[in-house]
Amino acid sequence: MSLATRIAAAALMIAAAVTGASAKDWKVVRVGTEGAYPPFNYIENGEIKGFDIDIAKALCAKMKVECTFVAQDWDGIIPALLAGKYDAIIASMSITEERKKQIAFSNKYYNTPATFVTTKDSKITDTSPEALKGKVLGAQASTIHSNYLEDVYAKAGAEVKLYPKIDDTHLDLVNGRIDALLSDKVVELEWLNTKDGACCKFVGAEYKDKKYFGEGVGVGIRKDDPELVAMFNKAIAEIRADGTYKKINEKYFPFDVY
Amino acid sequence: MQSLLDMLGAGFLQLMGLIGLNSDLMARYGLRFLDGVWVTLQLVVLSVGIGALLAWPLAIARVEGGKWTARAAFAYSYFFRGTPLLAQTFLVYYGAGQFREQLTALGLWWFFRDAFYCAVFTFTLNTTAYQSEILRGAIQTLPIGQMEAAKALGLSKLKAYWTIIMPQAAGIGLRPLGNELILMIKSSAIASVITVYDLMGVTRLAFSRSYDMEVYLWAAVLYLVMVEVVRRVWDRLERRLNRHLLVSR
Repeated sequence: MSLATRIAAAALMIAAAVTGASAKDWKVVRVGTEGAYPPFNYIENGEIKGFDIDIAKALCAKMKVECTFVAQDWDGIIPALLAGKYDAIIASMSITEERKKQIAFSNKYYNTPATFVTTKDSKITDTSPEALKGKVLGAQASTIHSNYLEDVYAKAGAEVKLYPKIDDTHLDLVNGRIDALLSDKVVELEWLNTKDGACCKFVGAEYKDKKYFGEGVGVGIRKDDPELVAMFNKAIAEIRADGTYKKINEKYFPFDVY
Repeated sequence: MQSLLDMLGAGFLQLMGLIGLNSDLMARYGLRFLDGVWVTLQLVVLSVGIGALLAWPLAIARVEGGKWTARAAFAYSYFFRGTPLLAQTFLVYYGAGQFREQLTALGLWWFFRDAFYCAVFTFTLNTTAYQSEILRGAIQTLPIGQMEAAKALGLSKLKAYWTIIMPQAAGIGLRPLGNELILMIKSSAIASVITVYDLMGVTRLAFSRSYDMEVYLWAAVLYLVMVEVVRRVWDRLERRLNRHLLVSR
């Protein structure tokens, strides 16, 4: 056991002693989200909105709990869950083996592919690692996309630049500091339709490699709360069955994201 | 020599094992951390070094300059000391991006395209402001008689500064300049937010894959080592350059 885990364990024990044995009885679930990932979660006029948020509200209604939302920067979103700042991550987080070492996940509530985006005047047509050798590629840090670039493209000879937010990545693509970016197809579809996104286009194939991109997007939950995982799984099945999910899906996208 | 280094390396790893550092993480990111240290050192040495050269004329302009030169020099350090380095870095990095066409026309885009150059550029501007204030204070601490005596000996102003004022001011400013160097080592972590893989950038990358707080502990230790080296070098420098001021020893 390393020093850090020992400290973490001690902190957890103290936290458990303070909160008592109320872990089984959920009345309020605090939901952590990023708030900078349109159209899935974003802040508009001081209010947090998006597909993730609507899904979260629907799930909470089915679970008969009250939900509150906390906005948290992406690179600290798992540590803050483990530190008990909130109880669940509903922030378009893909279910991957690497993350499963740290936290538990519900079943998926959507699954969209990853794809490259480049400028309209770009000569890139082939997005294989060999073809992008020597190019500068960008992605948001701590994401499945950044992991894929680091492990596959950086090793094949591309330069990889990682940004704290997806917006910063977009900015540097527009500015010409990166030749292409790898991101979620639906997020990019939304951005390409904005004024800033008019410069750019999709390029190459869609990526779904399970090893890197996981099995879809789920709710992230501490491993100590298996009953909460079960509650979310049941609620996801319910909104899928009774048409609530379909309604939310149609509000945002003209295609099925499940 | 090599065997001594190997022994030191093995000892370091053993020590880390003793305090419970994760050897698995060490194997995956250990070398990248050393890369990060190298980038941090480059950032700091380049910006503080160039800053030191630029700070002198700026400080002398504050003291000797006419109304407008002195005011311009003051405005410069006022701006760079009065705004956050983080904001300055964003302004240069993302600001330059907005003027890509003009910069390309001027033949400067290759410089501003690169995040590392942007960081060095901003840090240099920032540290120049601080260093020039330190040197201005040091110059003004010197008794007025020094300059008068130089004039009486028929030395030109340039010669008086070069041989009499600047060496003494450097001695007086030595401590605060060392402080500035230490501050820059730590401030250089800001480069990590504009995609530079300095020590902090590597730490964040390692953390984003491992979610192990321990990596921040490594970063802290490495920053401490750098600062400690500077502290020791500065102690030596001070003893050497200000030996006429040391009463005891």
